[in-house]
Amino acid sequence: MRKYNKTVLYGLYNDEEILKSAVVAIKGKQVDIWDVFTPFPVHGLDPLLGLKESRLHIAGFFYGLMGTSIAFGFMTWVFTRDWPIIFGGKPYFSAPSFIPITFEFTVLMAAVGMVITFYLVCGLGPGVTNPYLDNRITDDKFCIALDITNYSAEEIEQLSSLLKNTDAEEIHTKTI
Amino acid sequence: MSGVVSRVRPPLITGNKTYHQITEDICASTEKLPGGGWVMLLMMALGLLTFGGVSMFFTIWYGIGTWHLNRTVGWGWDITNFVWWVGIGHAGTLISAILLLFRQKWRTGVNRAAEAMTIFAVMCAAIFPGIHMGRIWVSFFVLPYPNTRGPLWVNFNSPLLWDVFAISTYFTVSLLFWYTGLVPDFATIRDRAKGFRKKVYNFLSFGWTGSAKHWQRWESLSLILAGISTPLVLSVHTIVSFDFATSVIPGWHTTIMPPYFVAGAIFSGFAMVQTLMIITRKALKLEDYITIEHIESMNKVIVLTGSIVGVAYLTELFVAWYSGYVYEQFAFYNRALGPYWWSYFAMMSCNVISPQFFWSRTMRRNIAVTFALSIVVNIGMWFERFVIIVTSLHRDFLPSSWVYYSPSWVEVGDYMFTFGLFGTLYLIFVRVAPVVAIAEIKSILKTGGNQYTGENAEKHHAHSSHAHVAHRPNLGEADKP
Repeated sequence: MRKYNKTVLYGLYNDEEILKSAVVAIKGKQVDIWDVFTPFPVHGLDPLLGLKESRLHIAGFFYGLMGTSIAFGFMTWVFTRDWPIIFGGKPYFSAPSFIPITFEFTVLMAAVGMVITFYLVCGLGPGVTNPYLDNRITDDKFCIALDITNYSAEEIEQLSSLLKNTDAEEIHTKTI
Repeated sequence: MSGVVSRVRPPLITGNKTYHQITEDICASTEKLPGGGWVMLLMMALGLLTFGGVSMFFTIWYGIGTWHLNRTVGWGWDITNFVWWVGIGHAGTLISAILLLFRQKWRTGVNRAAEAMTIFAVMCAAIFPGIHMGRIWVSFFVLPYPNTRGPLWVNFNSPLLWDVFAISTYFTVSLLFWYTGLVPDFATIRDRAKGFRKKVYNFLSFGWTGSAKHWQRWESLSLILAGISTPLVLSVHTIVSFDFATSVIPGWHTTIMPPYFVAGAIFSGFAMVQTLMIITRKALKLEDYITIEHIESMNKVIVLTGSIVGVAYLTELFVAWYSGYVYEQFAFYNRALGPYWWSYFAMMSCNVISPQFFWSRTMRRNIAVTFALSIVVNIGMWFERFVIIVTSLHRDFLPSSWVYYSPSWVEVGDYMFTFGLFGTLYLIFVRVAPVVAIAEIKSILKTGGNQYTGENAEKHHAHSSHAHVAHRPNLGEADKP
């Protein structure tokens, strides 16, 4: 199991609308939110948290481009340089008939590349066990987690009451 | 909520579910011991797999001489089955990719199972070209790897090789798309499980935590995968149709093939989704998630694509006549009125006439009719491929080599093998994975469910707390037969 070596104060909320207003309230108090965990993608949460748009699609474009050039380049090399054969009286460099494989390989490279990138940047993968805060986060609880590793008891008390004021159903601390 | 809440559209999730209730309902099938019905179906699937296994053994051990293919009819049941299974596979990607791009919320109820169906169907399909090669143990010769024969490369100009790339890309991309969608749901099961099951699901869920940034990337990934799967799914059956269209055989050499094949693929795929979903929703008690609305939406797709296929059949006949080319005219005359007239008749009645029932709303919302027609459609689509392949071949340019082809028991057994394989995989799937995408269903609960907490609901609440119930009758319940 991976370790963050963090002590986390977290509040569990019952609804994504309450979660969103809680995020606004906490951000308004200039408190840093370590992370938010939800059972499903909550739309409109990213701008509230100040998350930048994912750049995965840019990576996908370059993987696709790589696929296009590898496939088209390889077929051209095979049929014009390495082993030219005449098929049905067509020229060695018969670009139109390279298109289907070029397309398929572009899609394949883009998809495989993006999926691998996704799992790598998220730190997910077969056999990975990430520390978790609560079992019910993948069910019906929405969680706001604050990093309180080096905080004094008084500060923690303040943050705790802040979470309480934002309608958190439960508030816990956990070292992960 | 961010989505637009329509007062006109009936709910896609009925039964006033809470988020927790959704988890409970959908995880239930993975958490309890299977019932008698499941065991019986599994026995049947394994029975088919065993019988099919014997004929597979004959096919591979003795070679395809055990089939009734001959000099004239070089493609028979094997390629018919291949095209049929690939076609069935198309609905999954259509539902999960194209409907995602079109923001069709009803896809969330059926996309998971439909994608599983896609993956299993493509696996079944891939078996046929494999065994058709005769020596399946050298099937890796189709890959362009540096070999000791020169290296002698494969023919990149050949539609058959395009098919290798199309099918393998399609399988890989569908599998990645499907699994990435499953990861958060496996995490849901993991967090409910104990002991050994927890270990298994922990492995399967890849350490998913549900962090906001992960969800953002996950959604971005899903959208891009949907974007590239959309042209992919259209290209796959286009390339399958090139296997025929780029040849010089009258009856195959037609420019209408790609769109006609794609429409037919979606048609048969949706029919198979209906067959599976109607049983699955009943057996796993998922009627609140896969509602009559879902069934009706799919029936609309069936009547549309069925009609496109019908127009394609008639266009083919017209063009054959209009071409003034006697061989083309003979191929189509022979299809409709030759010795295989019965298969042409089956194709026409199952594919063109039977889906027309779905113009009627009552029929679209009738589960028994839908179930029966979904099977009829798939029989029809099998005959379509049989008609295209066998009737175009069996009377070739040389009348002395004309034959009448019918399959040997080994060919029938090989087909049964894929039914057994498909059934077994699907039955295992419904026990180990959530059949409905839990996270995605939760994300549409408030915009597409009947809990209705959107803007319109608040206006209603001003009048009466129950007003929204009256405005949005629970059609899914009322229409159960």
